[in-house]
Amino acid sequence: MHIINKKIIIEKIGIILVSLSTLIVISSLIIIFYDILVKGIDKISFEFLFTFPKKNMTEGGIYPAIIGTLYVTIVSVIFSVPFGITAGIYLSEYSKENKFTTLIRTTIKNLAGIPSIVYGLFGLGIFVTGMKIGESVLSAGLTLGLLVLPVIITTTEEALKRVPESYRDASIGLGATKWQTIKKVLIPSAGPGIMTGIILSIGRAAGETAPILFTGAAFYLHTLPGSIFDKFMALPYHIFALSTQHAQLSKVRPIAYGATLILIFLVFMLSSIAFFLRLKLRKISEGNL
Amino acid sequence: MPLFIREGQMIKYKSTEKILRIDKIAKSIFTISGIIIISILMAIMIFLLKESIPFFKEHGVIDFLFGTSWDPTSGVEEKYGIIPLFISTLMVSVGSLVISMPIGIGAAIFFSEYSKGKISDFIRYIMEILSSIPSVVIGFIGITLIGPFLAELTGTNNGFNAINGSILVALMTLPTIISISTDALKDVPKDMRDASISLGSTKWEAIIKIVVPYAKRGIFASFMLGVGRAIGETMTVVMATGNAPAIPKTFLDSVRTMTANIAIEMGEVPIGSKHYHALFAIGFVLFIITLLVNLLSNKITKRKI
Repeated sequence: MHIINKKIIIEKIGIILVSLSTLIVISSLIIIFYDILVKGIDKISFEFLFTFPKKNMTEGGIYPAIIGTLYVTIVSVIFSVPFGITAGIYLSEYSKENKFTTLIRTTIKNLAGIPSIVYGLFGLGIFVTGMKIGESVLSAGLTLGLLVLPVIITTTEEALKRVPESYRDASIGLGATKWQTIKKVLIPSAGPGIMTGIILSIGRAAGETAPILFTGAAFYLHTLPGSIFDKFMALPYHIFALSTQHAQLSKVRPIAYGATLILIFLVFMLSSIAFFLRLKLRKISEGNL
Repeated sequence: MPLFIREGQMIKYKSTEKILRIDKIAKSIFTISGIIIISILMAIMIFLLKESIPFFKEHGVIDFLFGTSWDPTSGVEEKYGIIPLFISTLMVSVGSLVISMPIGIGAAIFFSEYSKGKISDFIRYIMEILSSIPSVVIGFIGITLIGPFLAELTGTNNGFNAINGSILVALMTLPTIISISTDALKDVPKDMRDASISLGSTKWEAIIKIVVPYAKRGIFASFMLGVGRAIGETMTVVMATGNAPAIPKTFLDSVRTMTANIAIEMGEVPIGSKHYHALFAIGFVLFIITLLVNLLSNKITKRKI
């Protein structure tokens, strides 16, 4: 009797501990979100979103930072999506299980693990000075593109692997070539899964700061970038600058909160879309099998 | 040859030769993209090494790796020792994992063993959101919330120190640790649990003595990924750890990690100078460390149980 009681007490303590861990994680997210929401919401207005900073950035809006982030994210997507998807298709449909394929897979995993600041160094050395593109939307976009490439490759491969083998067999059995099978059967079935990867990488590219520090992000510009060869302001870099580099830190704090709220909102929207897309996919595939 | 599916509806067909040719072209395009990926990684490595070599030649690898002082702009004697930066990175990484591993495994156990359906989906959603928060936002929280809190708690003047960095980096590694550990725990066959419980153990005993040990490889993989992320984290530590480039003695000291040092100094140095190449050398060291962490975790998780 005594032993059973002890076991039950230990089990209760265990459950309390694991619940507490979960609570810590969830509450830290709530605290972060609540703090930024409460202190940033007052700043949000039409004017804040669509005007330039004024009076040495102590007043005015964050318009150029929003536009800059938009531009650089678009460049990174244009570069990484076609390339990432073809590589994903190669890995899932064409590669044979040999040493070369293992090498590619290990390489992709390693690419995903390289610190973002090292991508920044690479971007500086290759795009900015090596190719002489200079600090620009293009250099920063390409650097971010490299950074999100592994995400797109992996999600594409996984999405294709989830398409049942019978789909391939049926298509090949009807006389279709491999490419026809990929184009007409596999990509449509794996589409939503591939989409998830793209959305997640947009969120990642939009929120990264370290890779754009020396590839094109500017502290302050009084015009929007005229072409992809101009420097730009970016939302995450703007937050960094306002909270650490500015001469009057306390005076710009409300603007920093406002900008952070906008960035968080943007990233939350993207990851929520990706999450529900994936949830729906999982429900569908569980229903089928 | 025209082919009629329904009366009056004609489908144009490409010739077989053309179809086969397209198929071949597709195959080579996909293969080339596979090769390009490898080339990119090689290019990054070769490039970092190439940009580091002038520094290694001029300064010496030993002085760099074992030098105890980092002061490249000193008027008297420029010093390029990586040790203070390395110790800072080590402190923040160890500190963050001490926080995130127990909490992460605890949450993973709750997630996989004590939650289902809607709650399980909800926690998954929370993880997704948490992992998507940009590091600059976490750093901002370090400045506005955790810094002042730590300052008050410890009686120091600002709270920008190794503890602050550890807490923030723990927040950033938690989603990775939780989701990978959860998957590992969920992969444990149901038979194992059932057998343990039918032998008279409580559910908790089954979890601690059977399920967690069975999933140890997956949990270790989550740990290694956490290590990799902690070492590579840049913006949060730049913003919240004070960035003093001296060897830190306690967790209440300000630290400057390898990543932070690159971020802080690269904007100031003339391109092609010794200092510029020294920062690439730090990047090269970071690259090698993360490569080793990755290879190690691959090796251990792949080995059969």
